[in-house]
Parts: sequence; C-alpha cells; structure tokens
Amino acid sequence: MSAAVPAPRRRRISRRARRDALVFLAMALPNLVLVGAFTYRPLILNIYYSTLNWTLGSPSATVAGLGNYVRFFTSDAAGVVLTTTAVFAVFTVGGSMLLGLLVALSLNTRLPGRTLARASVFAPYVLSGVGVGLVWLFIFDPVYGVFAYVLRQFGLESPRWFNDPTLSLVMVIAVYVWKNLGYCAVVYLAGLQSLPTDILEAASLDGAGRMRRFWYVSLPLLGPTTLFLLITTILSSLQAFDLIKIMTPTSEGTRTLIYEAYVQGFGAYQRAGYSAAISVILFVILITLTIIQIAWVDRKVHYA
Amino acid sequence: MSTKVMTSSTARPDAPPVAAGSRRSARRPPILPTVLGGYLPMLVIVLVVGLPLAWMVLSSFKQVSEVITLHLRVLPQHWSFANYVEAFRTAPFGRFFLNSVLVTAVGATLKVLLAIHTAYALVFVRFPFKNVIFVALLVALMVPPQVAILPNYVLIAGLNGLNTYWGIIVPSLGTAFGTFLLRQAFRSLPISMIEAAEVDGAGHMARLWRMVVPITAPSIATVALVTIVSEWNEYIWPLIITTDPNLMTLPVGLTLLQNNESGPAGYGVMMAGAVIVILPVLVVFTFLQRYIVAGLTAGSTSN
Repeated sequence: MSAAVPAPRRRRISRRARRDALVFLAMALPNLVLVGAFTYRPLILNIYYSTLNWTLGSPSATVAGLGNYVRFFTSDAAGVVLTTTAVFAVFTVGGSMLLGLLVALSLNTRLPGRTLARASVFAPYVLSGVGVGLVWLFIFDPVYGVFAYVLRQFGLESPRWFNDPTLSLVMVIAVYVWKNLGYCAVVYLAGLQSLPTDILEAASLDGAGRMRRFWYVSLPLLGPTTLFLLITTILSSLQAFDLIKIMTPTSEGTRTLIYEAYVQGFGAYQRAGYSAAISVILFVILITLTIIQIAWVDRKVHYA
Repeated sequence: MSTKVMTSSTARPDAPPVAAGSRRSARRPPILPTVLGGYLPMLVIVLVVGLPLAWMVLSSFKQVSEVITLHLRVLPQHWSFANYVEAFRTAPFGRFFLNSVLVTAVGATLKVLLAIHTAYALVFVRFPFKNVIFVALLVALMVPPQVAILPNYVLIAGLNGLNTYWGIIVPSLGTAFGTFLLRQAFRSLPISMIEAAEVDGAGHMARLWRMVVPITAPSIATVALVTIVSEWNEYIWPLIITTDPNLMTLPVGLTLLQNNESGPAGYGVMMAGAVIVILPVLVVFTFLQRYIVAGLTAGSTSN
C-alpha cells in the first residue's frame, strides 16, 4: 500500500480489501457483537451497579460509592463467605487433583479395560450438576440413604448432613470432587503418557524402584501439568454453583462468593448493588488467577 | 455399567496374557500383581462412578414403600413407572423436556454456526486488527459467565425477555470457546489448498462449506458435542430468567420438583427426574466420549 504503487492498481487492491473487510464483518460481526453485549458490557456495568444502593426491579437507585464494598468487608458475612470460599476451593482442588493423579497412575497401563475405566471416571464431569446433586442428596439422606444404611450395618449412625453447616459443606465438597476428579485424571493421564520413556528407563536401569521413579522423575516432569490443573480447577471451583444450590438450598454452611452473590441479588432481598459488589470481588480474584495462568502456565501451552 | 467390568474381570484368567508381558523382567505376567495393581483400582473406579448412577436408575423404578425403608433392597420388587408418572403429574415434565431439547438444539446450532464463521473469517479473510479481535475473544473466554448474570438479567428483563425462549438462548450465543478451538483447527489446513480453490473461482462460502468444514469435521463435532452438553446442563441463567414452569428447562424444572416433593417421600420422583436429565447425556457420552473428552480437556499441555 505504498505511495509508489501506480494509481489504478492501488484502487483495485483497495476495492478488494474493502470487499474482504465486508466479508469478514458479515461472518464475524454477529458473534463479536454478542460477545460484546453479553460478556464485556456486563463486566463494566457490574462495576457501575456495585456503586449503587439499588433493589433489583426498582426504578430508582441512590449512589452508594464504595458503600457496598465497605458493607461487605465490615459485616460478619465477609469472614464467613471468604472462609467458606477458601475452604471449598482448597478441598475441592486438593481432592480432585490428588485423587485424579492416583486414578491416572492406576490407569497408566496397557491392560484391556483401561479405556472403559477412563471414560467412566470422566463421565460425571459432563453430567448435569442438578441431577447429580439430587442423586447424592438421596444417597446421603441420614435415615433412608444408602450411606446411612451401610453405616448402620457397622452399628454406626449417619452424620446429619442436612442440619449441620460444616457437614453440609463437607458433603458438597465430596460430591464436587466425585464429579470433577475425572477431568484431573484425564489430563494427568495424558501428561503421564507423554513423559519421555528414555528418562524413566534410565532411572530404572540405575536401580530406582517404582516409588523413587515416581517421586524423583515422573512428578517433577509433570510440573507443568500440575500447574495447569491447579489454576484451571481453582477457577472452576470458584464458579461452582449448580451442586451448591441444589444440595444446600438455604445456603447454610455453603455461602461461597458466587452463591452469596446469587442469594443477595436474586434471593429474598434483591440487593442488586450489593450482589454486584460481591461479583466484582469474585471477578478480581478470578482475573488475578487468570493472569497468573497466562504468565506462568501458558508459556508451556501454545495458543497459536 | 458396573456389570460390564465385573464380567471382564472374572473373565480375566483365560484372557490372553498381553498386558504385563511387555515388562522385561517378567516372562509370564504375574497374575496376582496384575489383578491387585491393575484391575482392582480400575474396578474401584468404575464402581465409585457407576454405583450411584445405578442406584439412581434402580430407585426411580421403586415404589414409595421401597424407597422410604430401613431395609434396603438393591432391585425394585415390582418395576414401576409410578415415579415417572408422578413427575409428569406434579410438574410439566414433558414440557421441561421439550424446552430443554428446543433450547439445546437451537442454541447449540446457532453457536456452532457462529463459531465456524468467526473462525473462518479470523483465519482466511483479510482484515486489519485481526489479532486484536482474537485477543479480545480470548479474554472473553476467561470471563466467568456467572459474573455477568446480573447486568444481563437487567437487560433481558428490560427487553421483556423474561420467560421467553429467546431470553434463555440469546445471552449465551456469543461463543469464544468454539471460535478458539476451530481457529486452531482451521489454521492447520494447508493454505495452498484454499488458494487453489480461490483460483478456481470458489467464493468464501463455497470454500468454507465444501472444503474447510468437511476436512475439519472432527473438530467441529468436538465443538458441537461440548456445546450441546453444556447447553443441556446449563442451570444458573435459565433459573434466573424463567419463573413460568411452561418455559423452564429440565435442570430448572428439577429444582421446582425438589421444592414440590420435599421430604423423603419425594426421593423416588426426584430420581426419575434425575434420570431424565442425566441419561441422554450419558448415552451421548458413551458413544462419542472421545470427542467430548478431547474438547473439554483442550488447552491442557497434552493438546
């Protein structure tokens, strides 16, 4: 497109470029507009809403400034919500990664049946959280549930999952791990299968046993996989909603950030501004983790 | 599901000894370690996943007296559809199912079409700032949809979209995930082939639908399946946007069912509802799990 190009040719190129641009817009614009309207727009609006004293559905709102944030952080709720969120994240992430790694190690064989086992362990990950939550509510029922029945055979009494906030949280964490560990297992398995066999064989020739090979060779080589899983599972754990909502409808014991934002905004109080403030806090946490992921992990993952 | 593994593990002794044979030290596979170290963990894994789901299916066919009992039986004494009948009676379950099918079909189709066209434009059509646009999509991929719920609700409610199909479908149509995955697939195509088609006079649409789409069909299938599954399971948005049972999707309808059928007497009906929402996905997953697993784990170092 330099000035040296003779005029008629330049016009032809620019006409062509214009046609290309039109084609591009015709093909990509609908999607881009939708992403802009329903992803970027709410992101910015949320920040604005969070500065308002506003009841959802009400035509009027007053400016609250940072009042909603102050109210959240100075209330008792902040301690409960942030602790619950952290506990939920630590145990769901730790649980699914640890069990996922164990499953991956046991499936890293050539035995027939491993494909079925791999598919089985992944299956809960794709199932409706609502459906899965209902099934486990039945299983955990302190009187009529299978779990209580099994405990009774050993003369034990079932914990009262539904009435104790701590036990409710434990229950939801357990089910979340059941549903999500398959994702970690499959990613770890892929990591294990791409380990360089010559290094493992060299270690084996040097007399390293199975455990030593795992601790000193496999696990360090799985470092990037572990880091990737750590960030992605923290991100999805912070967004967990379906299971929590269906298994603890009263949010007793399970007031994580996302659930609190939902309850405050769409529950009985309809505090839109306050709910938006909690969403913004959640978003800041999520985006920080994402930036860490891009800075650390994605160097090993190529997007292009 | 569990029975399949049981038979394969009991059939194990006369199975050909291929598995551990590749290990240098052992000429013949040692049976006991293979069973303990190889098959036992696999069996445990399949049972831990399979038993709760089997329990769901079995319980859905039991009568109330067999559900609310301290003396559990594994199999229903009389297989009964009463729970399903009850689920359809207390809530418009047929309607929920149709709504879910409709929302999933329309939503997923539009999403995949949008992803295909955007990805094609990003890879094969000349346009300034394409990289900026791509990065903007990549960032959108990282914005959790839950954070956008409130402003989207206010917008859709303001446009009278509460309790409408378009209100359920439209806000999630913009797709960064599908675009991103398909862009990767399209970029792996040989440019020379596309250029040859251009020389032959094929327009963009012809190139897209006669060349790019057929060749990258597996990637498109992956995106389509992942999209279908996530549309079917989608919960928080339809939950917020629908209050009229006639427009609720299955997961939202199940919440309604849970509220109506509170107490142990409702477990059978709830299991019937859970079967209706879980089974279709389980069937699809059973046959096409390779694509679904690949799509959902895309982005990990393995890909």
